[in-house]
Amino acid sequence: MFANALNSFAGADHLIISIALVALIMFVTKKISIMMGEERIASALAIITGLVLAYIGGKITGGSSGLADISIFGGAGIALLGGSMLRDYTIISTAYGVKLKNLKKAGPVGIISLLVGVTFSFVVGSIIAVILGYTDPAVVTTIGAGAVTFIVGPVTGTALGVSSEIIAISVAAGLVKSILTMIITPFIAGLVGLDNPTSAMVYGGLIGTTSGVAGGLAATDPELVPYGAMTATFYTGLGTLVAPSIGFIIVRALLT
Amino acid sequence: MEILGMGFVAFFMLLGSFLGRLLGQFIGTGGDVGGVGLAMLFMVLTVNYLENRGFNFKTRTENGIKFLSALYIPIIVAMAARLNVVGAIRGGAVAILAGGVATIGAMFLVPLLSKLNK
Repeated sequence: MFANALNSFAGADHLIISIALVALIMFVTKKISIMMGEERIASALAIITGLVLAYIGGKITGGSSGLADISIFGGAGIALLGGSMLRDYTIISTAYGVKLKNLKKAGPVGIISLLVGVTFSFVVGSIIAVILGYTDPAVVTTIGAGAVTFIVGPVTGTALGVSSEIIAISVAAGLVKSILTMIITPFIAGLVGLDNPTSAMVYGGLIGTTSGVAGGLAATDPELVPYGAMTATFYTGLGTLVAPSIGFIIVRALLT
Repeated sequence: MEILGMGFVAFFMLLGSFLGRLLGQFIGTGGDVGGVGLAMLFMVLTVNYLENRGFNFKTRTENGIKFLSALYIPIIVAMAARLNVVGAIRGGAVAILAGGVATIGAMFLVPLLSKLNK
């Protein structure tokens, strides 16, 4: 009787099971980050946990959809919750808090650093992908986009129809950027003159990964956080706009 | 009503997605190219236009939008959990190099661009 109930239970409510799982991941990683005294890495830690679970799911099932290949999370579970539909929906909603007057305040130097920042990361990421042997334009573009942020990578990859494996690489590249930014910002702050509002805005526009910029600046000088965040909030939106369109056209022209 | 906020975001997503698909056909890749960025751009322009005209969202409408924004990291966690990480491990070096070089390189551009303001 119990086994029957359990079996029938595990066959239903996939989405709710997945929401509960993600909530648990968020809760545990938040606690761990507080224990480590590094609360700002909670999000990165949660995403890494997701990747680890995907690895475990892939190893257990031999499939290519991570945890979504395990039946209780499959169907309308993790596959729906972590699908491109809800991902794009929630990312777009973050544009609500973006104030254009902040961009005006940041002025030409803020806008230039945004353009240079997105272009630079995309070009560097794409070149490294080519050096390491990737030749397909869509794949190279997705990895380049991952070097922009861990959002721009998957959004670009979905648009260009690359495999889940390549999207995972692009997320990892964006995560490396986010975590590295948090860690090394305080150490290089003196070297690059990160001690005034202007350089903080330039920094936000050049690096752009919002959590990394906010975390890194908080560890350097908390008063600089709003200036860095002012430009960084535009970065992902700009990236999702240019990487799959202009970025892809240029990469395709160069590789074919 | 919270649903109005959710519908507001939905409207821009659909608009962006349609324009992105037009762009996808134009470039020849198919799919939705840049739709997310376009949706964000139009939403920022609309919200800022409305606010300049003295229009403010009702708190409950705003709550619908903020609820979605608050879900963005958890959704990314769910997305991470369904990726082909086993396959991606082989590409681990490219991820570390691409992310690492892009970050450190960009940091050294900071003093260069900061000078533009002087």
